[in-house]
Amino acid sequence: MGKPIIEVHGITKRYQLGELGALSLRDAVEHGFRRLIGRGDGQPRRGEFWALNGVTFDVQPGEVIGLIGKNGAGKSTLLKILSRITEPTSGEAILRGRLASLLEVGTGFHPELSGRENVFLNGAILGMTRKEIARKFDEIVDFAEIENFIDTPVKRYSSGMYVRLAFAVAAHLEPEILIVDEVLAVGDAEFQKKCISRMETISTRDQRTILFVSHNITAVRRLCSKCIVMVKGKSSEVLPVEKAVEIYTQDQKVSALSVELAERARHSKQGRVGRILRIEVTSPSGELRYGEPGTVDVTFHLKEAVKEIAVGLGFDTPDGQRALTLDTDTAGHTWSLSAGNHTVRIGLAFWSTHPGNYTVSAALICGHNYFDTVGNAAVWEVQTSKFDNVSDRGFGGCRPKPTVELFPTVEPHRALAVL
Amino acid sequence: MNALSENFNIRIRPRRSLWEVDWRGIFDYRDLLFLLVRRDFISKYKQTVLGPAWMLIQPLATTVVFTIIFSNVAKISTDSTPPVLFYMGGLLTWNLFSQNLGGSGNVLQANAGMFGKVYFPRIIIPLANGISALIPFAIQLALFLAIYILISWTSPGGFRPSIGPQLLLLPLFVLQAALVGLGSALIFSSMTAVYRDLQYVLGFLVQIWMYLTPIIMPVSQFPTKWRWLVLLNPMTAPVEGTRWALLGTGTLSPVTVAQSWGISLALFIAGFLWFNKIERSFVDRA
Repeated sequence: MGKPIIEVHGITKRYQLGELGALSLRDAVEHGFRRLIGRGDGQPRRGEFWALNGVTFDVQPGEVIGLIGKNGAGKSTLLKILSRITEPTSGEAILRGRLASLLEVGTGFHPELSGRENVFLNGAILGMTRKEIARKFDEIVDFAEIENFIDTPVKRYSSGMYVRLAFAVAAHLEPEILIVDEVLAVGDAEFQKKCISRMETISTRDQRTILFVSHNITAVRRLCSKCIVMVKGKSSEVLPVEKAVEIYTQDQKVSALSVELAERARHSKQGRVGRILRIEVTSPSGELRYGEPGTVDVTFHLKEAVKEIAVGLGFDTPDGQRALTLDTDTAGHTWSLSAGNHTVRIGLAFWSTHPGNYTVSAALICGHNYFDTVGNAAVWEVQTSKFDNVSDRGFGGCRPKPTVELFPTVEPHRALAVL
Repeated sequence: MNALSENFNIRIRPRRSLWEVDWRGIFDYRDLLFLLVRRDFISKYKQTVLGPAWMLIQPLATTVVFTIIFSNVAKISTDSTPPVLFYMGGLLTWNLFSQNLGGSGNVLQANAGMFGKVYFPRIIIPLANGISALIPFAIQLALFLAIYILISWTSPGGFRPSIGPQLLLLPLFVLQAALVGLGSALIFSSMTAVYRDLQYVLGFLVQIWMYLTPIIMPVSQFPTKWRWLVLLNPMTAPVEGTRWALLGTGTLSPVTVAQSWGISLALFIAGFLWFNKIERSFVDRA
């Protein structure tokens, strides 16, 4: 084997904790003044946080590497550094090829410009030359399935067309290294299939290197030959997939039954209207037990009055499969609420997920939009209980009480005889 | 892939020196620069009824307003030049400058979303804006020349055009205006990245700067006590110099021009380096 295509040596990244990185002028003047009169230490003292704390690995050309880890383990910081959006605090990485990411499709799309003009502009932003884009133009339009609209301003596109075109540009970049970050959540099922097969083509036919970042262990198992696990800002070596999944699963420790979410990192665009503050198990038994009544309280803050808001909870198995979704609007409950804090209690009379650990996510929903989402908000264990007489038979995912009826079966020849 | 990428090595590490500039990256993204200039032009004028005519209407309107208020009402001298030509000549380079400063003075905040998602040398955006600003400049220059010819033909024995070899120096003043505009935009957007509230200052900074520049009145009309301040202003030479190159009027010595160029270059280099430093960590602040 030749030289690795990605070499990462001891990368670290330090962030200053605190309100915001950008100071207000008033802060600066105040601190300057304090220093001048000799009171206080001058510098606004804030804590620091090592998002990455020694990341080292090598990736060989043509490999499809899964990058897994809990939220906050440093995956996205690492990707930001590899795609040169931000600088490491120390350490070094060498890329022997162009790198492009499918992290963000449609960056730099301008609504007034036509699809054609946007393909060129977006391609150039992603690092292609005009010549390259011109060569692949027909292929891109074909992939996006928008031939008839290519000269229409993209502001008239449906959101589906928009995403398809954006993804098509990114998918035809042909970089030597491609980063894919769960972008496959976009588009309809048909298009998702197309994206996955495009990824497979890129890796097998074109021998490109892919870094696939995902919580979905099934997808990682399917696509990746090897894996890197990140735990608390440190990375593992490049490991066999199963070994990596094992480490990842162990890292998913059970969290407290009441989880504060107010202090999480800001997510772009989300959380401006409403923000989830806390999720808490409030069952009569004090925990979630299979077969017993179970309730979870979701507390959130609204900055303004909203109409038709709904709350949702999701329970995923440690390898990323959804086991249970509880949305209040499924039960026909949405509310018009004033600004301020509110708590919604969601529950099941018969808690039906199988005993085991679940990764819990929460969302504030309004129609098709999310005001706020928290993936991996907590890992909660569903306990066994006296109703659980089945878990010895193996994992059952979600096991609610089914409706059951037994019909006496009449054997065919007897039935004929009756006639 | 092409031969270029065979040994395409990207090295990622903390940049140590202030002087470490990604020249090659800037060169590699030249196509993006071109496409951004095109985007600016198309998106600005595609949806407007009058299209590129706005590039003429805006400076014409300003000139008319200035002529009425400052020349006819306030009776401020224009150095024996017809007021319309005086104001228009001054506004030529001033508009180029203010399009640079106004358009790029907040470039980091305005593009924070995009900069957080994809890498390219950030300087490309202000550069594209600066090049875009040359288009209205060229159109305004043509308009100016048309009016110039019209006035010298129609005014009997009054104003005589004195276009001469000094016209060759016009590009020098145009370039200087663009440099000062871009340089101060880079400084300003770097400051805004650290002290966010400065973005509200941008609008009136441009306005105040204009009053310290000989646009409404020539340098000769500023009180002698304050003339040094006006000459220190790096926009004085481009504005006064453009009038001199086109109309043959004004108070500028070669020493003043050289001094002013020195200040302009220093401003630009400082802005360029500061911006280059800030762009590396900007995403972490936003």
